[in-house]
Amino acid sequence: MSKDNQVLEELTSKEYEHGWTIDIETDSAPKGLNESIIRFISTKKNEPEWLLEWRLSAFRQWTKMKEPKWPNVTYPPIDYQDLIYYSAPKQKAKAKNLEDVDPELIKTFEKLGISLTEQKRLTGIAVDAVIDSVSVATTYKETLAELGIIFCSFSEAVQEHPELVKKYMGSVVPVNDNYFAALNSAVFTDGSFCYIPKGVRCPMELSTYFRINAANTGQFERTLIVADEGAYVSYLEGCTAPMRDENQLHAAVVEIYAMKDAQVKYSTVQNWYPGDKNGKGGIYNFVTKRGLCFGDSSKISWTQVETGSAITWKYPSCILKGDNSMGEFYSVAVTNNYQQADTGTKMIHIGKNTKSRIVSKGISAGHSQNSYRGQVHIMKRAENARNFSQCDSLLMGDKCGAHTFPYIDVENNTARIEHEATTSKIGEDQIFYCLQRGIDEESAVALIVNGYAKEVLNQLPMEFAVEAQKLLALTLEGSVG
Amino acid sequence: MLSIKNLTAKIGDKQILNGINLEVKPGEVHAIMGPNGSGKSTLASVLAGREEYEVMAGEVDFLGKDLLALAPEDRAREGLFLAFQYPVEIPGVSTINFMKTALNQILEHRGQQPLDAVSFLKLMKEKMKLVEIDQSLLNRSLNEGFSGGEKKRNEIFQMAMLEPKLAILDETDSGLDIDALKIVANGVNKLRNKSNAVVVVTHYQRLLDYIVPDYVHVLYKGKIVKSGTKDLALELEAKGYDWIKDEVAIA
Repeated sequence: MSKDNQVLEELTSKEYEHGWTIDIETDSAPKGLNESIIRFISTKKNEPEWLLEWRLSAFRQWTKMKEPKWPNVTYPPIDYQDLIYYSAPKQKAKAKNLEDVDPELIKTFEKLGISLTEQKRLTGIAVDAVIDSVSVATTYKETLAELGIIFCSFSEAVQEHPELVKKYMGSVVPVNDNYFAALNSAVFTDGSFCYIPKGVRCPMELSTYFRINAANTGQFERTLIVADEGAYVSYLEGCTAPMRDENQLHAAVVEIYAMKDAQVKYSTVQNWYPGDKNGKGGIYNFVTKRGLCFGDSSKISWTQVETGSAITWKYPSCILKGDNSMGEFYSVAVTNNYQQADTGTKMIHIGKNTKSRIVSKGISAGHSQNSYRGQVHIMKRAENARNFSQCDSLLMGDKCGAHTFPYIDVENNTARIEHEATTSKIGEDQIFYCLQRGIDEESAVALIVNGYAKEVLNQLPMEFAVEAQKLLALTLEGSVG
Repeated sequence: MLSIKNLTAKIGDKQILNGINLEVKPGEVHAIMGPNGSGKSTLASVLAGREEYEVMAGEVDFLGKDLLALAPEDRAREGLFLAFQYPVEIPGVSTINFMKTALNQILEHRGQQPLDAVSFLKLMKEKMKLVEIDQSLLNRSLNEGFSGGEKKRNEIFQMAMLEPKLAILDETDSGLDIDALKIVANGVNKLRNKSNAVVVVTHYQRLLDYIVPDYVHVLYKGKIVKSGTKDLALELEAKGYDWIKDEVAIA
């Protein structure tokens, strides 16, 4: 066993790959949160009056709300007055084209493997790059515009397409939905906006890459995706942050609105800094993600690979309002060291013949705690609704925990619901079998874990799947004790 | 090729191997027989490097290297293969993927280039034919839902893919009907050549009708108490193990 411990020691001490910071001048708000800070943000962003009012109303509601205590996570109280709510890399103006973007920023993203320059752009993927509070660049905009697809930063959408933003923002996640959504609504600074017009199939993957750089800064971005009738889009989200000893707050909101026959596929590979091996530092990730299948036969599919963050609180959900609409949730959540994750989904069946599918694969290692929390709600009108849920937990070592909290509410007796759950451990027999074939222990763990998570990884677009596999291996290497 | 001297090993507080001596030369087939609990599978596990077993004394030389000093994966990479008595299931990992990972790590260990997809596929097709295994089985999750015969055949397929210098077959005949037994034995025979060797660990003689050994050793209470030719196996089949036990008691 001592050999195992040694491997564990070596590998868990492996440093977070994206932990560096860059030295760029930033333009920040003073610490603290009050109405004047919100006015400051709104002015900085040159926002219309209605949006300021929207923010202020969110803030007033937030002050009356309480931080949720029900998640299965523990952390010291957050001092919301000790945070900076706006931080932007100094740029003369929002760059009109990529040549105007600060080379430091381009280098930052290149270091992350994301090229924003013309020659080296990721083929087939359009990227919106967000650093701290603002979007710095969006690629392939013109190509997409030819099809009528709008893909830009949220701030730009507010300026250029205010009617769309006004109509759909908050329509899926209301301002007062929950504590963190209300906070986000008050202080959100940027994010991505995407509109796919009627009958258009988006020819490339759209992607947002989030990077927190500044210290003591919360990141509050909003993403809004609207798919008009018969439209299709596949959307990817990636994120990293520097290693810092203090915890950083990330409270995002993602809203997806799907009209009749529209399909949206949203994939996340979440790799925020998880803290060091003793649990110091790391991102608090409190995110509200929700999709509304508004039109008949629409479909929204969430796929997430969660490997980062000190604390994850996240339930990408689907409201199945349209008849025959469908919601999917595929998740791999990995926790190691002292990470805590409370994640899952909500499937709210409102329309007739609505279907949902939940596949959740939790992997816990080290001293971590990993919870699946899911709700399946079949409402009165939802004739012939169907749900299938599968929640598997994989434990590595004997100091971690895996928990499952499924909630099922059925108000219509034509519903069919299936729930399967398993808990397993990576066996020494499995490892030895691999070793005996010449496969080293690290690769053996990677092989077994990737096999376990295969059903979810298969849902990811190719480019992402490879990254996700590597990330899983990296997060867990040597965790067998 | 393999030279075992005075090998003594225990699991927990229980000593299972009590001074094993064995010489295996290239091209030879050795059968290790013995009653239940005599230490046959332990010997196979100790040679493969299973951690639960603690070697207390003795030496094992494998192709000029100190086998006991090597990590299990390095023993495999040096050419030692164990066909498991109970092959484990690995959900979501196909045999193909598993073999690709294994083969490439072995090649890397030998300082060779990994095989590209085309060459790998070609090699695989060739070996599939040799051991009469269907590709649909190889696409499935490793050993998951396999019948006993399929598991054993899959072990022999892996052996064919990795081309070991020394293959140890641990009770490969257990749980096989006669047809499956013939296919498995046939596969092993096709893989035999002048430069490799096979150690067959078995309780029964019937496998040895198909994989004909050059030497038969009887293991009892952690020691090789009798060695002979394949006639010894037939004698054991006819008379059982009791006369061996009696002989040992008298000695």
